[in-house]
Amino acid sequence: MNWQFFLEVLLAGLLSGVMYSLVALGFVLIYKASGVFNFAQGAMVFFAALTFISLVERGFNFWVAFLITFGAMVLFGIATERAVLRPLVNQPPITLFMATIGLTFVLEGLSQLLWGSQPHGLELGITDMPLEWLSANTGMNVSQFDLFAALVAGILVSGLALFFQKTRIGRALRAVADDHQAALAVGIPLQQIWVIVWTVAGFVALVSGLLWGARNGVQFALTFTALKALPVLILGGFESVAGAIVGGLIIGASEKLAEIYIPQFLNAPLSEAWGVSVNLAGLEIWFPYVLALAFLLIRPEGLFGEKHIDRV
Amino acid sequence: MLYRDAGQFKDTYSADQQIFPIRQDRIGIAFVLLFAFLVVPVIGDQYWLSAILIPFLIFSLAALGLNILTGYAGQLSLGTAAFMAVGAFASYNFVLRVPGMPILVSFVLAGIMAALVGIVFGLPSLRIKGFYLAVATLAAQFFVVWALTKFGWFSNFSSSGVISAQTVVILGYPFDTPVRKYLLVLAIVAVMALAAKNMVRSSAGRAWMAVRDMDVAAGVIGIRLMHTKLLAFAVSSFYCGVAGALYAYAYLGTVEPEAFNLDLSFRVLFMIIIGGVGSILGSFFGAAFITFLPIFLSTYAEPLAQALGLQLPPGIVSNLELIIFGALIIFFLIVEPLGLARMWQIAKEKMRLWPFPH
Repeated sequence: MNWQFFLEVLLAGLLSGVMYSLVALGFVLIYKASGVFNFAQGAMVFFAALTFISLVERGFNFWVAFLITFGAMVLFGIATERAVLRPLVNQPPITLFMATIGLTFVLEGLSQLLWGSQPHGLELGITDMPLEWLSANTGMNVSQFDLFAALVAGILVSGLALFFQKTRIGRALRAVADDHQAALAVGIPLQQIWVIVWTVAGFVALVSGLLWGARNGVQFALTFTALKALPVLILGGFESVAGAIVGGLIIGASEKLAEIYIPQFLNAPLSEAWGVSVNLAGLEIWFPYVLALAFLLIRPEGLFGEKHIDRV
Repeated sequence: MLYRDAGQFKDTYSADQQIFPIRQDRIGIAFVLLFAFLVVPVIGDQYWLSAILIPFLIFSLAALGLNILTGYAGQLSLGTAAFMAVGAFASYNFVLRVPGMPILVSFVLAGIMAALVGIVFGLPSLRIKGFYLAVATLAAQFFVVWALTKFGWFSNFSSSGVISAQTVVILGYPFDTPVRKYLLVLAIVAVMALAAKNMVRSSAGRAWMAVRDMDVAAGVIGIRLMHTKLLAFAVSSFYCGVAGALYAYAYLGTVEPEAFNLDLSFRVLFMIIIGGVGSILGSFFGAAFITFLPIFLSTYAEPLAQALGLQLPPGIVSNLELIIFGALIIFFLIVEPLGLARMWQIAKEKMRLWPFPH
């Protein structure tokens, strides 16, 4: 049992978990403020990344492209609020969920219609290579890119936490998350709040899109990052930013560890027991979900989620 | 005026409790069934039967299953395709490994296998509700597809994981032409739809609806939550399992586990949302809508564009389909959240009063 390798896998898992948390953060923001489980977050990540890279490839400067893409996400937030959320006020959550799935399809088709469907590479200037001084001193390889992503996520999360706690708009968002009608009664403009929330979620989607696109390339498979973030959400709870981070760390670490160590330890015994050659590779597809499911059985609302109160 | 039930008196309890108490309904259903069984095989060409009507019927069956679970019992499930996969592979293995196994029995056994898997993955529903349960059923979806791919025993150790369904032979009569397959699927779907309609009218169905509406209150009045929820999962998975077996035997012929992916689960979920949750007829409407929409779009997108004088580059049509599909879903949810079945009900109410407005 090579402990140094174990530590490397653990660290890589934790860092990739941070990337998952970034996507989960977008979900949490929208769910916190409007009670909508936004399945379109993955498509938003894809749309943001694709718009950004297409602008950069057409010669725009990095920061100009970033601003223009952010503007596009703002427009998307406004359009969504007017066309999808406003007509569906007060509908049951499953209807809103289905509407966001419809939104996913619209956004996927629109992205590919506007910018084409071939994959792009994204360069952020940070390479996916091990940190040299770390590997020289301790022999451990930790990717620079992963550390950069963790740093960005940390800054984003602290910024959002401050935003929610200290600013007036942040307080309004928390009020809306608590009770829509009470917030309306106090005079908080619900529609504007929703536009702001979707815009902030769009910004988070943009940052996640840049990081994920730099790691995996900007291609259609980016829309599936939403699926990877779902176990993070279940584990951490749908309403909690802290839950998204902690859940992401747990899911990322356990996914990598399971991917490496479960086949290593179980392939041989199971092959002997069943008489056929067993290869348990690829179980990271379902392992995070089953892990999150197991957690849910102990805490049905996730680690940091709000307790669901049934009024009969 | 057309739909009045004035003058239709019931003088026996069984007449009062029948599924279609209004004579016009009975005539309508009889007409539809006669048309489906007698006229369509004669006038239908191969393409319509094998590429449109058979998948429509198979998906209506899967949508029925999901409607029982999500529409009647209120347990949101995204694992429909996994249960269909279990049904398809179980049926294949029963026919393969048990000598002399009749195909219809293998379908029933495949449904039972799918029901058992459904019960296992439905156990979390006793603790978890709402969206959390939906994501838990995703675990079922991914796990089942992974297991069917990884363990070669399920696909008889074929190199690519693909199984070729055997020819359906019932009582020595082979069902290998599109017409025969269509009639087989139609018969199975008709019987199972009748069973579903009766189930949701029974005390089990009422228990499901009570659990859907407010499960704590249902528990308080004495409905056994565990039995009810697990029964919903079992029955729903049985229907999805049979649908999956038919999908392999009567539609595709060869299947691989990846064909039963998350996309398929979402398709069936769309069918019940658009058709109407909590409605047997809605499952059929939704299946028809989702089955016909891509065909309609791909057939009419080109001529329409040419009529409008637009030149469409080739990749655009599939993206336009995605956009239109998504927009239609949102449109339906805004205009009629209770689906096409509710629109049909409203139409019938209007027919009742026609030509008067109220």
